[in-house]
Amino acid sequence: MTSAAQTTARHSASFTEDYVTMTIGGQTFGIPVLNVRDVLGPQAITRVPLAPAEIAGSLNLRGRIVTAINMRRRLDLPADGFAERAMAVVVEHDDEPFSLLVDEVGEVLSLPSAQREPVPATLDPRWRDVSQGIYRLEDKLLLVLSVGNVLGAIGTEATH
Amino acid sequence: MDDLLTDFLTETCEALDVLDSEIVELEQRPGDPALLGSIFRVMHTIKGTCGFLGLPRLEAVAHAAEDVLGRVRAGELEVSGEVISHVLAALDRIKELVSALGASGSEPEGSDDDVIAVLRRMADGNATPVAPKEAAEPAKQGTLYERAGSASGIDTACELACNGFLAKSPEAAALAPDMLKLQFALAKGFEVALQQVPGIDIADVMTCLTDNGWNDDDVSLLAGELAEAFRSLGVDQDDVASLTSLLRRGGKPVEAEAVQSVAAPVSRPASEAAKPSAPSTAEKPEAGQAAQTQTLRVNIDVLEDLMTLVSELVLTRNQLLQIMRGQGDTPFATPLQRLNQVTTELQESVMMTRMQPIGNAWGKLPRLVRDLSQELGKKIELVMTGADTELDRQILDSIRDPLTHMVRNSADHGIEAVADRLARGKPEHGTIELSARHEGGHIVVVVADDGRGLPTAKIREKVIANGLATEAQLDGMSEQQIQQFIFRPGFSTAAAVTSVSGRGVGMDVVRNNIEKIGGIIEFQSTEGVGSRFIIKIPLTLAIVSALIVECSGERFALPQNSVVELVRISRNAQKGLENINGRPVYRLRDRLLPLVSLREILGLPEEETDRSSAQTGADGTYVVVSQVGAFVFGIIVDKVFDTEEIVVKPVSRSMRHISCFSGTTILGDGRVIMILDPNGLASAVSAAPHAEAAAQAGRVERGAHGGEAVSMLVFEAKSGGPKAVPLSLVARLEEADLATAEKAGSRTVLQYRGGLMPLIDLDGNAPELSGKHPILVFVDGSRMLGLVVDRVIDIVETALDLQLAGGSRPGILGSAIISGAATDIIDTVHYLRLCDADWFEVETEKPFGAEGERSVLLVEDSAFFRNLLIPMLTIAGYSVTVAEHGEAAMTLCKEGAQFDIIVSDIEMPGLSGFDLVRELRADSRLKEVPIVALSSHANPQDIERGMEAGFTDYVTKLDPKALLGALSRTSASNLAKEVAA
Repeated sequence: MTSAAQTTARHSASFTEDYVTMTIGGQTFGIPVLNVRDVLGPQAITRVPLAPAEIAGSLNLRGRIVTAINMRRRLDLPADGFAERAMAVVVEHDDEPFSLLVDEVGEVLSLPSAQREPVPATLDPRWRDVSQGIYRLEDKLLLVLSVGNVLGAIGTEATH
Repeated sequence: MDDLLTDFLTETCEALDVLDSEIVELEQRPGDPALLGSIFRVMHTIKGTCGFLGLPRLEAVAHAAEDVLGRVRAGELEVSGEVISHVLAALDRIKELVSALGASGSEPEGSDDDVIAVLRRMADGNATPVAPKEAAEPAKQGTLYERAGSASGIDTACELACNGFLAKSPEAAALAPDMLKLQFALAKGFEVALQQVPGIDIADVMTCLTDNGWNDDDVSLLAGELAEAFRSLGVDQDDVASLTSLLRRGGKPVEAEAVQSVAAPVSRPASEAAKPSAPSTAEKPEAGQAAQTQTLRVNIDVLEDLMTLVSELVLTRNQLLQIMRGQGDTPFATPLQRLNQVTTELQESVMMTRMQPIGNAWGKLPRLVRDLSQELGKKIELVMTGADTELDRQILDSIRDPLTHMVRNSADHGIEAVADRLARGKPEHGTIELSARHEGGHIVVVVADDGRGLPTAKIREKVIANGLATEAQLDGMSEQQIQQFIFRPGFSTAAAVTSVSGRGVGMDVVRNNIEKIGGIIEFQSTEGVGSRFIIKIPLTLAIVSALIVECSGERFALPQNSVVELVRISRNAQKGLENINGRPVYRLRDRLLPLVSLREILGLPEEETDRSSAQTGADGTYVVVSQVGAFVFGIIVDKVFDTEEIVVKPVSRSMRHISCFSGTTILGDGRVIMILDPNGLASAVSAAPHAEAAAQAGRVERGAHGGEAVSMLVFEAKSGGPKAVPLSLVARLEEADLATAEKAGSRTVLQYRGGLMPLIDLDGNAPELSGKHPILVFVDGSRMLGLVVDRVIDIVETALDLQLAGGSRPGILGSAIISGAATDIIDTVHYLRLCDADWFEVETEKPFGAEGERSVLLVEDSAFFRNLLIPMLTIAGYSVTVAEHGEAAMTLCKEGAQFDIIVSDIEMPGLSGFDLVRELRADSRLKEVPIVALSSHANPQDIERGMEAGFTDYVTKLDPKALLGALSRTSASNLAKEVAA
């Protein structure tokens, strides 16, 4: 092992990262707390006709127009009537606010970076694309969501 | 990059833009001292600042250019094209260096010796080097400021004085760090005092020194050094005395008074007598400078943030007002009213900060035109008017490139070479006119030139070569329509690719850019006389007035500026709203309006509205008539609310591909709604709105040859491909179950609208009594005929060109290509006669009975109408002679052919109907012949014009009944006259 790699390893071992946890269709996910701008209860969402299926619509967050992403749709989970009762996690991507609609928002966990493991290759590609890693918690698994990957593909897919 | 450098870059970039146009201006007005002074000042400032910031390359170039300008100012060098070119070259080098500096934060490596050497040669050139003293002498006539050496001289003097002071003052060590500041303060102070601009003048600066603990010795030492410095720079004794007098409080107000009180004891040369007039000449630049100091440089981001905040405030205000409306009397009413008012004013003020004169987008054009005229060897003058017309900077940014492109186009292939111009009897100088003005919430920008115009023949060739249209199609277009092809992608008429044009960026890009900001571009050109682009753009994009509409319970905003009118269609009387194979159209007054259903375009659910409208019954729907460019169409919505001022926010990137939306906004009640893009909706109506727009324009401006745009109803009936009939001949479309029809004798009739309508199929037989079929209804007064067809396909607006005469097949006029398929055009008259033999004959009996067959000369250029009218007239008992154009008709008449009646089209290539009738009337033999005008549009003015020209009657085309009536009327009255005679 080169010395640089050793430094990195030592470095990351001493580091913990804070994650906002949330559940989507029974699975626990985490988003680095620094990415999260806001957590909201169910909101009035304006549907946008012709928009990609994952886009639930737009909502007004204190005068800013925020695009709501139906995370169940994004992850290919059943999503009937989901948008109306969902919690919203507001994140920023490319200077644009997005609100991720999830089932429930839980506590903030501090997890050591060293314990983060790569995503198993057998995971559904749609899930694997949006995950950055996985943590084994005591009673469950926590998938780390990559905000960039969750949001990045949406506009482009639809243009095909 | 440090702040100092950033500021320098911003300032220098602005200054350079100004310099560009000023130097070009100087070439035209070489003697203007104010202009020269301003140019010199800017160059000097650049040089000075570069020296200060340690940018040697920039400083050296600026210095060399300044030297040349200095010599020009001293009257030692004449302003020639060469001088201007070299100064501009220096300017370009400075720009290069500045942009490199902006990119990297430091000056790039390299040498500017080439540029500098040329400038040096020029500065040292013809005149022998002159000592500063000698140079100052002829300048005696100027103001004291100028005699003191203007900004540069004063700067140098202050620098010298400060250095001298440091060398002599006992407290030099303590004062040294502040010396640079002092030097600037002094120079500025002199400028303030001498130029009478607002600021701290030199006397105040001196007072300040005392206040800051300078002792009197130091102050007088500094004053002495200043006097010495000016003297050493060649300023004469009198002026030095005037300058030093300024240092004391009493020395103000400057110039005349100062000179008189201080310089009086000294003997003055006679030349100073001219002095009292000096202040007046100095007034102009002062006024300009006073205005400059009233402005403040603000980062654009701050303004943008401010705009966003105000937008939020406007939205919140709207929200509050909405709540207020629901309440009765509350104590909040008054303060809220005030808030409302203040918000509106604030919004306007902030909008003002975003407004910039359109001249900012023109700044580079004088230089561009100058360079082009040199490169192309043409003489071109750029005339700009309305440069102070203000518009939103966002819009300004987006029209900058299109304008530049258009001006470049005009210079490159609009304006002719000098020899060509002279040969055509035009002035040597070509003129490009650029003008801007406000016009009803819009800005109208016109780019016009007096060049060769757009050679239509070349466009035609190119259109055909590029396969944009066929020769036959072009034949059917007016010159103006053909010219619009320049807006098609990939179109360029430049015969040769020059360095100027032909770079593959065409007018289509220009059009796209203009349309992107909700603007419209039109083009007019007359060959040999010039061409003209007219651009209409909105004032601002940030806050627009929008109509709120609802569809399937969801609301949308539609920008008000594209809404032409609103039409309400009640459910129980859907008059005019027709469905052709699922594609709705609406007869709005005399035009056929293509419709789009917002519900269908946006894929909204049907059920909710259906239920509600079924309950309310009379509620009906609305058609929002919208216009995009020249294309007019209707949008079907469920409900229309009032208009609201909305703040346009961009659509999220993830949804930007949806062409139906141009933005999103928050309404007064806090809900988010989408802003519809009329452009996007228009393309949903027709894949090529512009083609259609051109076709529509073609209806107004008739084509050069026969094929004029006609709405054709295309349908299928029996076998043998699609059939079509002019839509205007069809009164209604019905669908009926033929099982409900009845046999009456040999005919099949249907009870329809309280009468009996005979039904007929395409073979002319009575149809079978089974199955549901669409029926084309032809109505004439109380008479009706239903033509049973199998399926209605479409309504197509097309330039009709009848290719094959029907001949052998009864009921077929001929074939034409419609939507790419060979289509039979049916002969309506044939069916009408089949069903009711005397349909057309009742009113034609009189002429028929009176004098056998009457002869008609039909002058009509369109093959379609000839084929439609000839059988009809023949059936009605006239003998028909055909002339395909006015000239042929004239020849026939001149040769002595006799006609009882002449029927003439109005719009024809060559001799128009109006011209024809005038010429015919001029012939004594033809004075009395009834001439009936035939036109596709007949408004009262047209009719009046026709009557004045000498027509006996005026009927619209496609109304065979009216034509036959008119013929019968005119021949009857003529007959009566004949009998009386």
